[in-house]
Amino acid sequence: MARPIPLQVVTANALVSGRVVWLTARGGWTACMAEAAVFDDPAQAKDALCRAEMQSDRVVGPYLARVRQSADSTEPAHFREAFRRDGPSAAARIPRQPPETD
Amino acid sequence: MYRHDSFDAAFLAERNRQFRDQVARRLDGSLTEEEFRPLRLMNGLYLQLHAYMLRVAIPYGTLNPAQMRKLAEVAERWDRGYGHFTTRQNIQFNWPRLIDVPDMLDALAEVGLHAIQTSGNTIRNVTADHFAGAAADEIEDPRPYAELIRQWSTDHPEFQFLPRKFKIAITGAPHDRAVTRAHDIGLRMVRRNGRPGFEVIVGGGLGRTPMIGQVIRDFLPVADLLPYLEAIVATYNLLGRRDNKYKARIKITLHENGIERMRDLVEARFAEIAPDFDPARTAAELAHIAAHFAPPSLPEAPEAPYHTARAADPVFRAWADTNLHAHRAPGYGIVTISLKAHGEVPGDATSARMRAVADLAERFGRGEIRVSHEQNLILPHVALGDLPAVHAALRRHGLAAANAGLLSDIIACPGMDYCALATARSIPVAQEIATHFERQRLEHDIGPLKIKISGCINACGHHHVGHIGILGLDRAGVETYQITLGGDGAEEATLGERTGPGFSAAEIVPAIERLLRAYLGLRRDRGETFLQTYRRLGPGPFKTALYERDRADAA
Ligand code: HEM
Ligand code: SF4
Repeated sequence: MARPIPLQVVTANALVSGRVVWLTARGGWTACMAEAAVFDDPAQAKDALCRAEMQSDRVVGPYLARVRQSADSTEPAHFREAFRRDGPSAAARIPRQPPETD
Repeated sequence: MYRHDSFDAAFLAERNRQFRDQVARRLDGSLTEEEFRPLRLMNGLYLQLHAYMLRVAIPYGTLNPAQMRKLAEVAERWDRGYGHFTTRQNIQFNWPRLIDVPDMLDALAEVGLHAIQTSGNTIRNVTADHFAGAAADEIEDPRPYAELIRQWSTDHPEFQFLPRKFKIAITGAPHDRAVTRAHDIGLRMVRRNGRPGFEVIVGGGLGRTPMIGQVIRDFLPVADLLPYLEAIVATYNLLGRRDNKYKARIKITLHENGIERMRDLVEARFAEIAPDFDPARTAAELAHIAAHFAPPSLPEAPEAPYHTARAADPVFRAWADTNLHAHRAPGYGIVTISLKAHGEVPGDATSARMRAVADLAERFGRGEIRVSHEQNLILPHVALGDLPAVHAALRRHGLAAANAGLLSDIIACPGMDYCALATARSIPVAQEIATHFERQRLEHDIGPLKIKISGCINACGHHHVGHIGILGLDRAGVETYQITLGGDGAEEATLGERTGPGFSAAEIVPAIERLLRAYLGLRRDRGETFLQTYRRLGPGPFKTALYERDRADAA
């Protein structure tokens, strides 16, 4: 059986803020994964990564990440990428304020 | 408390100025990431999953209120209003922007704090017993020696590019609260013929090849401390493997060469270099440092309010039973402020809470705060009579969890909620265990228990030395948790044993519950702890409890 063609996005961290970003179809960067360019051709994905690597004045550590696509959304294939998209687990973020104050 | 002298201040200012310049050059494109990365790491700046992370050293875990307030300010001005205290007595800020880091470092330098040697293949922050200077069982306060080591190792020209990171821990007490046997060098104070000295342990470490350290010198007079440490590190620097980063720690050097050979080499080197160290100068320096650690005056104070509160208030009593430890001075106690309120992130503290702790230290604690490797904060010198007021203030700030040393006092590394190296999350597992057993009201019945969780094989959460260790792995794209049992980080240091196949995120809490219910059924009486029961019976009955259900399902 032929392996399914991997769908990939280019992701990195923004140089100044460190925040997670994805490469868009127009060659810019977005903080919203839904706006990422999805490559179904491994050669094109590699190409895009090379171009991203040349933007070292804007991003740090670009790499290719697998995604799955359905009719209405792009989903990370691996849970690590889902955490990068969503930030720390909800529970790891909430109770930040003392329950009572004086 | 030790105050950095003008040399330290000038050194820090110069380092910060250099780094500001390097950041500017990275931002304007004159430095590539490849060039910049080692420079930022030398200044404690990592790139994590969601953002940069700045790791600030808290030497031997000792802070004064001004330093704590500065950490609160840094968290608020440049981060998201909280910081994460770590098992190495550091604090990590999870959301700094690169452009702000030079300002953060300057702000920290105002109170003598910095991020130097919190990363890279250098001698890292020296950790110490968090009860140092206060514990009833202590021979001597180890912090003057820790400070001597800090001065010696900071910017040491020979030791900036060791084969791998190098961690030293020190304790002045027979009860080992500093996990000395899991460090590259562990120092345990001992007395011989009335003279203080150190038992020197080398080659401990966790990570992918966990090892318990071995004694290389059973008694080292304090005057020989620096030349002997220098001899160990220099021997390692020559002998340590640089071809494979997984074999580069001193534990592997020791394993490959054997303790006899290591000892011979170290002793030979020591004999060679000892004459270069002037013992009179070291003694003078130590005396100078020790003056800064002079014990605070602890006058006799009325204890009555303590006994009244104990009798009248069960919540206070429960807290005092778990979070209060014996002080060497009569009428005083050591307070553990739990950063593990059920459901919170182990080790996290908001700016508001940091300030609350600083205020309490100032009002009731002789201006001293400690960070424990168990990710709690400590007020080492509190008069028993002041405890009701301290407890009331802690309650107002959500800091009065009565769980020090119990099940929910969990060490958890940042795991995949923050860490770029993680293979699974650890924080939510800690939170779920804590809240689950809180609902079951089993925690106090179960008694003393150390659960430690790491989000990958690097073992930052010390899982190998947890009575129950949990290691998060990625098994074919699914978070999977492997359990080890019977580990111990104290003086009888032991590595835990793996029980068998791991559990999914949904299965891990029920698995821990089966384990602990088995313990409750197996223990001789309430006085026999989980670890003691495990040592008496071995893994058999616990494995059965963990896996019996699976077998029943399969049948
Ligand atoms: C989030 C960024 C972190 C990174 C990138 C990181 C990286 C690592 C790595 C690679 C190792 C294995 C070293 C080796 O065996 O050669 C390690 C070990 C360790 N780290 Fe971390 N760590 C991080 C956070 C922490 C935190 C938050 C703590 C404290 C809670 C910590 C404390 C330790 C300890 C105690 C060890 C094991 C002892 C040893 O050195 O053998 N680390 N870390
Ligand atoms: S144990 Fe692994 S996941 Fe946890 S902080 Fe260390 S490197 Fe990160």
